[in-house]
Amino acid sequence: MTAVTDRQKLSYIAQQAADARINVELETEGMTLNLGPQHPATHGTLRIVARLDGEQVVSADPVMGYMHRGYEKLAEVRTYAQITTLVNRIDWLGSFANEVPFILAAERLMGVEAPPRAKWIRTLLFEMARVANIGLFLGEMGLQVGAVTPAFYAFRDREFVLNQIEAVTGGRFHPNFDRIGGIKDDLPKGWIEETKAVMVKMRDFCDEMEDLLLGSEIFAARCRGIGVIPPDVALQYGLSGANLRASGIDWDLRRDGNHGLLAYDELDFKVWTHPDGDSFARFWVRLQEVREATKLVDQLCDGMPSGSIQAKVPRIIKVPAGEAFVSTENPLGEMGYYVISTGDLVPFRVKIRSASFNNVSITPWLLRGVYVPDIITILGSLYFILGDIDR
Amino acid sequence: MTPTEASDDAPEVEPDELRDGLVARLGELLGDGLVDSHVDPGRDVTVRVTTGAWAKAAEEIRYVLGARYFCFLSAIDWMPSPYGRYLDSDVDKVLSGEAAKDPGPQVQGVCGGDSRIQVFARVTNVRDHWGMTIKADTTSNEDPHIGTWTKVYAGADWHERETWEMYGVTFDGHNGLRHLYLPSDFEGHPLRKDFPLLARIVKPWPGIVDVEPMPLVEGADEADAPAETDGEAPA
Repeated sequence: MTAVTDRQKLSYIAQQAADARINVELETEGMTLNLGPQHPATHGTLRIVARLDGEQVVSADPVMGYMHRGYEKLAEVRTYAQITTLVNRIDWLGSFANEVPFILAAERLMGVEAPPRAKWIRTLLFEMARVANIGLFLGEMGLQVGAVTPAFYAFRDREFVLNQIEAVTGGRFHPNFDRIGGIKDDLPKGWIEETKAVMVKMRDFCDEMEDLLLGSEIFAARCRGIGVIPPDVALQYGLSGANLRASGIDWDLRRDGNHGLLAYDELDFKVWTHPDGDSFARFWVRLQEVREATKLVDQLCDGMPSGSIQAKVPRIIKVPAGEAFVSTENPLGEMGYYVISTGDLVPFRVKIRSASFNNVSITPWLLRGVYVPDIITILGSLYFILGDIDR
Repeated sequence: MTPTEASDDAPEVEPDELRDGLVARLGELLGDGLVDSHVDPGRDVTVRVTTGAWAKAAEEIRYVLGARYFCFLSAIDWMPSPYGRYLDSDVDKVLSGEAAKDPGPQVQGVCGGDSRIQVFARVTNVRDHWGMTIKADTTSNEDPHIGTWTKVYAGADWHERETWEMYGVTFDGHNGLRHLYLPSDFEGHPLRKDFPLLARIVKPWPGIVDVEPMPLVEGADEADAPAETDGEAPA
């Protein structure tokens, strides 16, 4: 695609010229632009204070805390079973995925292992959370560049997945379904077939998004070569998930970590990467991830083992003293919990490592020198959930 | 220096050559800077370095051991909470006129340490697939100081701001320690154990008020507190 490489060249030249202008030529009076805290296209309240020179950002300083709920402090006075209710609210678009690493960390400290069927149902709901979460991103990304239609399609089709999650857990958004040593309930009758039908729909949805957005010249112009993150910078800032893979780093905790904790070792899937590191690459990797996740759900539905869904655990959960860090590949990236127990009913300290916090911490570096309209596409492509930043 | 800790209770676990090797290599690089280490075979490794070696450890771990991925950095306050911790906590006892019990001694976790507030961080090597937790003591309990990691891992910036805000740890060399979540005129360090959780202080734990004794249970007073004996779940 020569048009694309030309576009990248042009963007590079524009960048160089812009840098030169900032330093030497145009001494316009600076201006401070407040983006947020309320913005229709953000998932919550992130405020960005951008210092502008003409149309260009000289420095950008994200301001957050509008939604800081202090989960790390609250977790110190909650029992382990109560904490899953809290952590559900961290990344509210893929809630079930928040519970899993915490439960796995508690299980590691207790020396409990969930039976295979529980592991598979966990993985299944985990991947469905991913489809629901990133599926919405695909539409949102269209919204960031001015195409409103994809967002409506995304909200429409996400509902099918949420319905299936609700059928199992009773909650569309906040399942609170994971238990230490297993899960709360088994799958309802007839659910497997319905889910597979929904996954066919979601694959159609991905094709639709590809037609609507990837083929669009405007979308390419707004995303190609914009917000490029080199691999080493991505690693230094601890970017994870699709943001890291879009910079060409082949790292996925589903494949590379947590062996035996979830069912991924027995599944066949591809980890997609993209060498460009720009906004377009991040969108493209996420699109492939939704497709891959729907295939994973199909495999999980087909291979679901039978048996118990709950290991034997004491009625009152007291976790032995120790420390454990377990992180999983959540829809937004690496999410982990460092749980320190002193042998009580409550953890002594829970450090929540959430993906969006690290993903957004790169913005002061990344937004320097970009044009004002690109702020929105870059933030959109980094894909954060405010609850995941503020915790 | 004893880099590895033999796992007595689990003899079937084979020694972890990768992680043992990492600890040995780090010991060579840091010398006396490496104080203690703990290997969880096949899963995890934790090391503790001295306060002075904290910043150097980041360099060695990133550039020599190749852990280029920065996961997180935070702190732990090891002081036992003076307010009690769970459903039958001392807060509720004090509110009902009883005397609070002594919170007990300070007990350090994996790899030990002396100071009340410890800094810990986690990095990952995405090529060789291992992660490592690094801990270090801070200089004093009231005004803890430690070196910054931002020169090595640029992403440590916000994490150190958060740790400074929540624990009051000053990172020497970090040039922008200001509030991240809280208002800029906020006083105190909320995640320290002696910082009261106000919702917990002003009224008793809502859960404990609702607890009614189960029918047919003798000694209704004792039924308020969680049972000490762990009953097995029904099969």
